[in-house]
Amino acid sequence: MTIGIVVFPGSNCDRDVYWATKGCLGLSSRFLWHESTDLDGLDAIVLPGGFSYGDYLRCGAIARFAPVLSSLIEFVKNGGKVLGICNGFQILTELGLLPGALTRNKNLHFICDTVPLLVSSKRTKWFESFKFGKELYLPIAHGEGRYQCSVDVLNKLEEEDSIALRYANNPNGSINDIAGITNKEGNVLGMMPHPERACDKELGGIDGINILQALLAK
Amino acid sequence: MPNFHAKVQVSLRTSVLDPAGEATKSAAAKLGIKGLTKLRIGKAIDIEIEASDVQEATAQLELLSDRLLANPVIEDWNLELSPANSSSIT
Repeated sequence: MTIGIVVFPGSNCDRDVYWATKGCLGLSSRFLWHESTDLDGLDAIVLPGGFSYGDYLRCGAIARFAPVLSSLIEFVKNGGKVLGICNGFQILTELGLLPGALTRNKNLHFICDTVPLLVSSKRTKWFESFKFGKELYLPIAHGEGRYQCSVDVLNKLEEEDSIALRYANNPNGSINDIAGITNKEGNVLGMMPHPERACDKELGGIDGINILQALLAK
Repeated sequence: MPNFHAKVQVSLRTSVLDPAGEATKSAAAKLGIKGLTKLRIGKAIDIEIEASDVQEATAQLELLSDRLLANPVIEDWNLELSPANSSSIT
């Protein structure tokens, strides 16, 4: 069981993810260059945070065409788990694996903070071990994290119970306080907060551990 | 092969808040500009393309605009196409 961590030109959280999954949690992990299309032997893929391809045009817009992502769509169809964190979440929406879009924070600030969050759905492995109503704390670091979607999409997300994570004190203007969503099947999770930065007590918190462990959970 | 010039205007959908536009509008007021009731910021992309005819150029550029230059979830786009070195024909 191995996790693949995609490295785009401009990714800057790839090593943080590796440190968390391999270093802190002891989960088999390896890097996956963006030009690679071979996902053999991988059970889960992480699209890490950063500024893929400089985030030119729009966040995630260029990354969407990376060779590795053409294989990712097939990987997801076959039930493989995919976690997109921050820029990775933006890429998943550009790619169409998750609905909606992430755009400029309402207050225009790049927000770097540790924020309280509430689990909104426990139907997937990612959050099944969390308690409703109990805040968890994860770092956020983004300038374009305001989740936007049409009313129809929002209703669909609600109906399918696909809103996974909400901000307790909405910092960026996201519609319905959305911080993370899953696809209907539950194998794809996109979230703006950084679980990989909350896996080591020395660094202030460990609320990200269960989310990353779910990558390889049966 | 004929050469065409195109300009694609990408703008946030009216239902999507444009905080950069709001901030600029507020700065405009500080400059003393009066009467501004709307200021929204978008992108303008200048393009030159070779195609056998207008139809082919249009088809290529519509695909480009809809699939790459704009994200239709939050943005609208408008295409203006003209033969190179002439005025707009759309």
